[in-house]
Amino acid sequence: MTTSKLGPRVVTSRFGRPESWTLESYLESGGYQGLRKALTMAPEEVHKATSDSSILGRGGAGFDAGRKWGMLRKAEPVYLVVNGDESEPATFKDHALIEADPHQLIEGALICAYAIRAARVFLFIRGEMALGLERVQAALNEAYEYGAVGARIFGSDFSVDVVVHPGAGAYICGEETALLESLEGKRGYPRIKPPYYPAAIGLYGAPTVVNNVETLSNLPFIMRNGPEAFYSLGNGRSRGTKVMALSGHVRRPGNYELVFADVTFRDLIYDPALGGGIREDRELKAFIPGGVSAPWFGPEQLDVPLANEKIAEAGSMAGSGAVTVMDETTCPVRAAWRISRFFHRESCGQCTPCREGSGWVDKIMRRIEDGYGRQEDLELLLDICDNIAPGVTWPPAQTTICVLGPSIPSSVAWSIRMFRDDFLEHVRQGGCPFPPDRLAASLAHA
Amino acid sequence: MAHLGEDVLERARALVSLYPEKRSALIPLLHLVQEQDGYLSAEGMEEVAELLDLTPAEVRGTASFYEMFHLEPVGRYLVAVCTNIACMLAGAYELMEYIGHSLGARPGETTEDKMFTLEEAECLALCGNAPCLAVNWRYFGDMTPERWDGLAQDLREGRLADEVPPHGTLCRVRRSVGLMAGAAEGAAPPPAGKAPSPPPAAPDLTNRRSTSAAASTVMEAQVQ
Repeated sequence: MTTSKLGPRVVTSRFGRPESWTLESYLESGGYQGLRKALTMAPEEVHKATSDSSILGRGGAGFDAGRKWGMLRKAEPVYLVVNGDESEPATFKDHALIEADPHQLIEGALICAYAIRAARVFLFIRGEMALGLERVQAALNEAYEYGAVGARIFGSDFSVDVVVHPGAGAYICGEETALLESLEGKRGYPRIKPPYYPAAIGLYGAPTVVNNVETLSNLPFIMRNGPEAFYSLGNGRSRGTKVMALSGHVRRPGNYELVFADVTFRDLIYDPALGGGIREDRELKAFIPGGVSAPWFGPEQLDVPLANEKIAEAGSMAGSGAVTVMDETTCPVRAAWRISRFFHRESCGQCTPCREGSGWVDKIMRRIEDGYGRQEDLELLLDICDNIAPGVTWPPAQTTICVLGPSIPSSVAWSIRMFRDDFLEHVRQGGCPFPPDRLAASLAHA
Repeated sequence: MAHLGEDVLERARALVSLYPEKRSALIPLLHLVQEQDGYLSAEGMEEVAELLDLTPAEVRGTASFYEMFHLEPVGRYLVAVCTNIACMLAGAYELMEYIGHSLGARPGETTEDKMFTLEEAECLALCGNAPCLAVNWRYFGDMTPERWDGLAQDLREGRLADEVPPHGTLCRVRRSVGLMAGAAEGAAPPPAGKAPSPPPAAPDLTNRRSTSAAASTVMEAQVQ
């Protein structure tokens, strides 16, 4: 631990173990001890332990998990829905957690189900993750046989069933109310909040907790080691560890579990044990700190600590924990265009500002990149963004049912603010002044 | 009511029983239709509608929302190349161009021999191994033109039959038990061995070498 930036492994402790996804391997490494301990406690005590750990949701919004459970409307039945629909571009932590440690996810879900007395648990797994679906279903079958799921779990009087539910390809289903619509067998249209907060009116109208895969995967540790052990890691509101998904122009892209608030972006990107620096020793141009919905950062924000509130203070968001690094050869127009195109493709179509705005932004960005842009397109883009999310500020004002719409302006507005000259150079030259993105190995048509 | 095979119908009924409301089984059932037919056939969707007491329009209207459902036949291998930000920065569009040339198909098109359908995918969540692609939703990371050539060759010659099942086959592991929690009320014994429909030869995933697993191992190694 010479670099010491890698902290204790809370959720990735089994990564790299042979066949880490099997029950046998899981039991050898403390598996289901957290659930066993939880079952000796009252559900309220399990809830309190979670609140005391102060764990924030790991899905993107960063909402206090204990508080979320406490907001459930008092009615029966109550459902737990696990959000395993990870699709935020450049986020790949849940994918790894699902494939490498499905039992940990199941155990975490059962601990939560016990605390909130859920009538049933639905594991909503992104449809594209075929191997993940197979691993989770195989693990669940093992867990039933082991007595960890089903009737009278481990001899207690707690009984609950868990159902694996595959998605079918729609980014918007990561939004919790769209996910519930999808789980009810409908198009993934987000619901209006209020009144449709899942805790009040969720699945089939029943009070429902929707928690992210990484959030729940932390619970077995919290139960086994106590909330203090978790709370002692990190700082301020950001406690425990966070799995950071690092991608883009770094030497060592990958998932890194780090103590929350203890590491800066500079550490993550440049530490030899982490990102290892920019490929080919190039200069950093910009990075996206929390998934493509987040405003961009430049080199001057490298020393911002990886903590929800610190990143927010610096004007962006921690989001899903996805950091995408762009070096000096990156065309900011092309990068922002690709993100705009993503939102255009994934807009569910319910709200006009998002449905139409995303398409306009996509087309205008594309024509600038292709050399057909005009100088006034920059103001036009900002004007469209202002109509999607008035003020083009962060956090955004909202004209739409969900936050997909307000996520569109981030990359557009920040790329223009940070790299206006690059945009104008496209207009002046009638084309992109940057080299194409390169494949890691030799490019075939070179 | 004869389009879906008996085995598919049995699996469909088992799925329906897992949900408090029938309609929730719609997407899992559509995956079954796609597994049987390779795409969502009109007959298959109509039968799903009957099973769930929905109209065919409700079924089609839901299906058409989702990227993974194909209302028209696709090639034997659906090649989904991710071009989103992390892969783009690693040359995904250049890779896409190369693959398109090598297949003689553009994104959205199927090769004449019906072997490959090429698709431009959104982020597949394998960004630590960018650029990546999926073939029938089995993932391949750290792609290069050379690796694609080898992969295409292996697929054409059927050497990856275990790793890459036919299009539509999503989860090859079947649920081994029905709902068990309700059994507690009658003080029933623990669930083990009380499976209403035993798993029909679920593949042993523990020893299966999957390309995606290999890619995950790369990620796992990097966590250390």
